Parts: sequence; structure tokens; C-alpha cells
Amino acid sequence: MLVAVLSGFGLSLAAPWAVRVGRLRGWLFALLPLLLTLYFLSFTPAVMTGEAITASYNWVPSLGIQLSFYLDGLSWLFALLVSGTGIFIFIYAGAYMADEPLIGRFYAYILIFMASMLGLVLADNLLTLFIFWELTSFSSYLLIGFKHKDEAARKAALQALLITSGGGLALMAGLILLGLAGNSFEISALVAGECLTEHPFYVPTLLLILAGAFTKSAQVPFHFWLPGAMTAPSPVSAYLHSATMVKAGIYLLARFTPILGGTALWHLLLPAVGGLTMLVGAYLSLRQVDLKRILAYSTISSLGALVFLLGLDIPLAAQAAIVFLIVHSMYKGALFLIAGILEHETGTRDVTALGGLARIMPLVALAAGFAALSMAGIPPFFGFVSKELLYETTLGLQDNAILFTTLAVIANMMMVAVAVLVFVRPFTGQLVETPQQPHAVPLGLWLGPLALGLGSLAAGLVLAQVGAILIAPAVSAVVARPTAVKLALWHGVNPMLILSILTVLGGLVVYRYRHSYRRISNRLDMGRQWGPAKWYEFGLEAMLSLGRLQTRVLQHGYLRIYLLTINLVFFVLVGLTLVTKHDFAGQLPSTDLRVHEAVIAAIIAVAMIVVLFARSRLAAVVSLGVVGYGIALIFVFFGAPDLAMTQFAIETLTVILMVLILYRLPPFATFSSRGQRIRDAVIALSVGALITTLVLVSTTVTQPTLLTSYFAENSVPAAKGRNIVNVILVDFRGLDTLGEITVLGIAALGVYALLRLRTPSQRKVDLTATVETELVAEQDKSKEVEAM
Amino acid sequence: MKPAEKDNTIPSLILLTATRYLVPVLLLFSLFLLTRGHNEPGGGFVGGLVAGAAFALYGIAHTVHDARRLLRFPPRVLIGIGLLVAVGSGLFSLFYRRPFMTGIWSVVEVPVIGKVGTPGIFDIGVFITVLGMVLQIVFELMEE
Repeated sequence: MLVAVLSGFGLSLAAPWAVRVGRLRGWLFALLPLLLTLYFLSFTPAVMTGEAITASYNWVPSLGIQLSFYLDGLSWLFALLVSGTGIFIFIYAGAYMADEPLIGRFYAYILIFMASMLGLVLADNLLTLFIFWELTSFSSYLLIGFKHKDEAARKAALQALLITSGGGLALMAGLILLGLAGNSFEISALVAGECLTEHPFYVPTLLLILAGAFTKSAQVPFHFWLPGAMTAPSPVSAYLHSATMVKAGIYLLARFTPILGGTALWHLLLPAVGGLTMLVGAYLSLRQVDLKRILAYSTISSLGALVFLLGLDIPLAAQAAIVFLIVHSMYKGALFLIAGILEHETGTRDVTALGGLARIMPLVALAAGFAALSMAGIPPFFGFVSKELLYETTLGLQDNAILFTTLAVIANMMMVAVAVLVFVRPFTGQLVETPQQPHAVPLGLWLGPLALGLGSLAAGLVLAQVGAILIAPAVSAVVARPTAVKLALWHGVNPMLILSILTVLGGLVVYRYRHSYRRISNRLDMGRQWGPAKWYEFGLEAMLSLGRLQTRVLQHGYLRIYLLTINLVFFVLVGLTLVTKHDFAGQLPSTDLRVHEAVIAAIIAVAMIVVLFARSRLAAVVSLGVVGYGIALIFVFFGAPDLAMTQFAIETLTVILMVLILYRLPPFATFSSRGQRIRDAVIALSVGALITTLVLVSTTVTQPTLLTSYFAENSVPAAKGRNIVNVILVDFRGLDTLGEITVLGIAALGVYALLRLRTPSQRKVDLTATVETELVAEQDKSKEVEAM
Repeated sequence: MKPAEKDNTIPSLILLTATRYLVPVLLLFSLFLLTRGHNEPGGGFVGGLVAGAAFALYGIAHTVHDARRLLRFPPRVLIGIGLLVAVGSGLFSLFYRRPFMTGIWSVVEVPVIGKVGTPGIFDIGVFITVLGMVLQIVFELMEE
């Protein structure tokens, strides 16, 4: 199972090369989701018997983090959804983006997404789940911003990232609390474990996890990122922002229903937020004219309906939610792909500017018709079943049955109107002049929508099998006990059927009067001024202002003041600690100064004084070099050849760098006043004195240092090297070194950017400081190692 | 003392002659430092610095353009290669089901170098990164 999850990441690495196969690349990439679908299908018998397949790998054994996977009915259904729709999306993208030069990058991103989504729904460990959760947010960011030269796309991508990863942070806190409360980080253990709803952590855990789920699944008031995300290419909208990723929040809620569900708070929050989202999404959806925005808002409404259902206090709700989840993924995925085709062929997504396209693209029209019929809930389409179930659920409630049913009917009427709108406007009536001349649609484009549309029909025709194979295991996982599912199209004349008929009729009326609707709602519009999107913008602006303010105060760009600040803080903190925590009773070591040591010390001191009173920059540089070489010599005397060698090399390079920039600097002059110099001298001397004291004090302390002996003993047997310093650098603390060379690389790129970005008149800024700081930092590490 | 960045400046004959002998020696020395690092003083960091100094010297004696040609790879790319080598050496242990960056050593001894292991490869990565970083900065400043 690990291989199945990671295969997407693997192929993602190869994607930039794999796209070179040319026109057929979409089909090539679709092989992976196809294989994954077959792989997951092979578990069908096991899943149907209610068996859960687990796989566990040691990931971070020292922290007890397992890379563990758990395949039961729910995760199996989601995994099939992810890999199954993936097939059509990948084929479609190959045709949709045939002329895109960055197609390799696109496939790399979307493969990362697919793999992380699979990891998310299969994860058993809470931390594993969280990591995959964040990866989906991250790949969504990359995909929304795929047209990175478009400012709107960048903004939308950032917005989506900030909202979902903000929720992700809450989720992380929630998951950790959950793990602590349940005393296990494995979901399967938590489900089987004792009830947590009475635990003191319950309320914060629930709220935090809901924050994560609601942001991801675009619930009010976090819904506004989803319409923004429509700047992404259409396959992305279809895949991430309707079929799979936005369902991650739903998955999470369904997954945690047995652990956290069933309380009054759960039954209050979920229906409230979900119901509100359902209405707001439906209301906003019909106001749009951009096809993808219409679909985006209706997706919000559907996500709201799912959250709403999961929160209802009736066993049937889980079944209604799972059925609707599948229904929605199929018809909405198809409609998004069709919106992409229309834009691709005609150059516009404005429904009022399209018409009569059924004649030019009959197969696409057929697919759109199927999807729209399923969305409107017309028998024998699968959508009909789901709507019946929804009404049956709300009618069966003990409290608020009338209220919730009315809510559901209103939202569904709007959906019917939307379904009519997205099919009737573009495909029927007179052919309308469009920015591009539409022509026949290639196979790669129409295959996906048609397959999904046909799926909506087929599922409605083989209901019994769908119910038993797909739905029942997932429902059983949500309610945590085996549940039989019986689906049927015809139940006789009952309240649900009457409501369904009412819904369709109502939807047609809404469609008929959509222009007045749009006019009135535009007049009533408050959302643009006071809506959550405004809060987001305000919050972002406030954060940036704060950032600018603190940058102005702290990052002023004057090296001398940085040094002043750092040294002062160091002096105060270390000095205070030393005075308060240390008793100066220890015996200073006897000093047997040898002649050559004294000579070196004298040379260093003299060179230092020369630096201070130097009249030219060259003299100062050379004298500083003398100081450096002097220190290197001391290293040699005290048995630290590695350090000495590094010091020599760095001094040499520093001199080279200094010389390179020397003649470009302004004439050597004194800029500081006498007072400033005295202040600097005082601080420098104080810090120097402090360091001296510190070193002397540290020699009086005779603590047994375990590290030195450990490294000395283990260097040869464990790391096969006699040079302890090097062994520490490349083996014992290799990870530190890896981090540091990364920093070095970034610093070098930073210097490059600074030098290249400046205008020629600015090219006299001193850069050596930056460079040297880096080198010194690296060297300090060696010193620290050596000192042990 | 100005770097010989323009073609019309006449490079010092002494410098040119010295460079001809010094650069190969320095480069060899840097490799020597790299390979002996695990057991004797030396290592990838200092080796990379020495190699960087060698190329910088060449650039001062001739031109940056020549030095870049001698190096073949743009320094930026070297930084990337070095990091990849370092990370790759760490990933190697995953094949043995050990945590990231566990040292894996060859069983047989290679003449002159001794045993070969992933920490050595890691050190090579450090060497390449440091070389790239030094030259990235030095070349860029020389071309100013």
C-alpha cells in the first residue's frame, strides 16, 4: 500500500521528462490512476465483508510516528474516487493543455496532489494524515497558481493556501489533542477505544478539527477561497475543487464521526454551518454568469449539504451523505470538465454569451445533459436517489424536521435551476457568435465528461449493486457498525416523491425568473462590502502592515546597528546569567605561557590596534587578515588542525573578496562622531571582557562531558573515521551540516540576486559583510565541535 | 590591485606563470583534503574552499570568463548538484531500511582511499556546494 501511495510522488519526479512523449501524454499519465483503481478494486471482496486492511511502516521510530495505512469501506470509497476520477482528469488534461509549454510541471503538481490525497484518505496515523492533508493544500496552491504570470491566479492561490493552511494549523492542534485524549495516534485504535466525548479535551478538540474541516471544505464563512480557486485550469477545478480535495473535510468529519460525533455540540454545529453554507452557496450560485463560478458556488452548496447531513442525529444521514458524495463527484466533475471544454473551444465562460452548441459538440452536450439531469435529481439518474434520501433523512428527524426539510428543498430548487442553466443556456437555442470559432471536440476532451455522465445514469440503473458494494461498506465505517443499504428508484407515492416533484417544479420557476432574481439579489448585495472576503483582505493587509512596521524598526539595514543590538543583547543576557547563576569560586588553571604563544598573542593585539587606527581600507583588511592568521596559528598550537586549516582558507578568501570590492567602495572616511565611537568602544570592550571572563570561568568548571568521550570512543567503531571533527560533521551531526550547506547555498543565491537586481548606481553597497557572516557561521560550528 | 576583468588590461606575467603551476596543485590538494578528511585533518568544507580559491586565482590571473569555462558548470548549478549529492547520500540508507543519513559502508576496501561509505559521499556533496557557493559570489563580484 505504501508503494501505491508513493507511486504518484515517484511519477511526479519523472513527469517533466515523461511529457516528451507528445500528444499521447495524457493517456500515458492516466495509466497510473488506472493501475491504482484496479489495485483498489482488488480489495472489493475484503471490503464488502467489512474487513479492514492495514499496513504499517516505521517512519520516525524515535518519535513513535508510524506511516500506517488503513483501508476500510470509507477510505476505500474515497481512494476509488481519487484514482477513478484521476484517470479521466489526466486524459482530459493531456488534450486540454496540449499546447501548454509547462505541461510537465502541471502533471508533476497534479500527481503530487493525487498521491497526497490518497495518503490522506488511507492514513491511519493522525500525524500521517495531517502531513498528507497539508500536502494537498500545498499542491492545490501550486495548481491554482499554475498560470503564475497572472496576478489574479497568484492572489487566488495565496488566498486558498492561507485559508486552508490556517485551518490546517487548527487541525494539527486538534489532532494532537485528540491523540493525547485518546492515548493513541492511530485512528483505528481511537475508534475501537473508549468514548472521548466526556473527556475534558473534547470541546477544544472538536472545535479545532472542525476548523480544519470547514476551511478545507469551503464552509461559510471560509467559502470564498473556492470561487477564487477557479482561476486554476479546468481539470484542476474538476479534480481538486469539486471531486476530491474539497471533500477532504467531509472525509475527516465522516472518519471522526464514530470518535467525536453523537454529542449535542456535534449535532448543533454541523447542521448549522452546513445548512447555512448550503443556502448561501445556492443563493450566490444563481447570481453568477461565469460558468465556472456558478459551478463553484453550487459546489459550496453541495459541500454544505454534506456537512449538514453528517451532523444530523439520525442513522440514515450517513447513508444519504455517502450517496450524495458519489453523486456530486460524478456530475460536478463532469460539469467542470464541460465548462473547460466550452472555454477551450469558444474562448468564453459567460453563460449568457453561449448558445446552440449542441449542434457542434453533440457528445459534450449529451454528457452535460446527463450531468445536469443527475444534478436536478430526475429519475432514473443517481441524483434522484440521493435527493430522495436527503428528504427521507430530514423528514425522519425528531426535532426541526420541518425546518430542515424546508432548507433542503429551497437549496435543491436552486440546484435544479443551476442545472437547467448550465445545460440549457450553452447548448440549446440559436448558435451565438463567440470569441473563438468552436469546432469538433477531440476524444480526450469529451471522454471524461461523458464517462462521468454515463456513470451518473448507470449508477441509477444498477442501484442494488451500487448500494451493496460501494455505499454499504462506507456507511458501516462512518457509523462504526455493519449496516445494510437498500437503494431503490421507486418507493411508491410518498412524501419524498412529492417533495422531489415540488423541487423540480420550483427549480424551473426559479430558472424562469432568474433575471429578476439576479437583479433583486444584486440590489440587496451586502457581501461585497461586508462579506468574509473583505475580512480576509483586511486581515491580510493588517498583517502586512505589521510586517512592514517591524521590518522598519528591526531590519533597518545598518550593519553597525545590527552589530550593536546583537552585542548589547548578548552582553546583557549572558552577563546577567553569569553573575546570578555562577559562583566565582573555582580555581583558575595555572598559566604556563610559552614564548611562541606570547608572540602570537602580541601579534594579534598589535594587528588589532592597527585595524582600529588604520588610515586606509587596504591596511585595515591586511591587518584583519593578520589577526585571522594569528588565531589560526593558535588553533594549530592547541591541536585543532582542522579548524586552523578552515580558518586559513577563509582568511584567504576573505582577502580575495575584500580586494574585489575594495576599489568600488566610496573613499575611506570617518562617518561616525566622537561620541558614537566612544559608545562603540565601550560596548566592544565590555563584550570582549565578558567573553574573556566566560572562557576563564568555563575552564574552572570541571563537569564530566559525556559528549567528548562518546565521540572519541565511537568515532572509529561506529563511523569508521579517525578524524573526530570530520566524523561529527558528516556523520554524527550530518543533518546539521546538511542544513548548513543548504543555508550556504541560499546565501550564495541571495548574493547573486542582490548583485543582479540592483541598479548600477546602487552597486556600491558593501556585500562582504553578508558573505563573511555566512562563512563565520560555518566556521563557528567547527569551533563548537572542536571545543567538545 | 584590480582584478583583470577587462580584456585590455595586461595580466601580470608573474601571476600568470604562477597560476599555471599553482592551480593544478591547489586543485589536487583540495581533492587530497577531501579524501583524507575522514581520518586525518581535512574534509569537504575546507577542500571546497581551497578548490574555490584555485578557481578564483585563475579568474584573477586570466578573466572570469576563462575561469567559468575552466569550471564548465555554472556555480549555481554546482550548489544544486552538491545539495543533491548530500541528500542522496542520506537517502541511500533508506534502501537498507535504516533512518535517513545512517552511514552505509562498503565491505571491501578501495586502494588508497580505504573504505567507501555514504558519509564520504556526503562530504563530496559538501565540497561541491562550498565550491559552488564561493565561486558564485567571487565570480559575480569580479564581473561587476
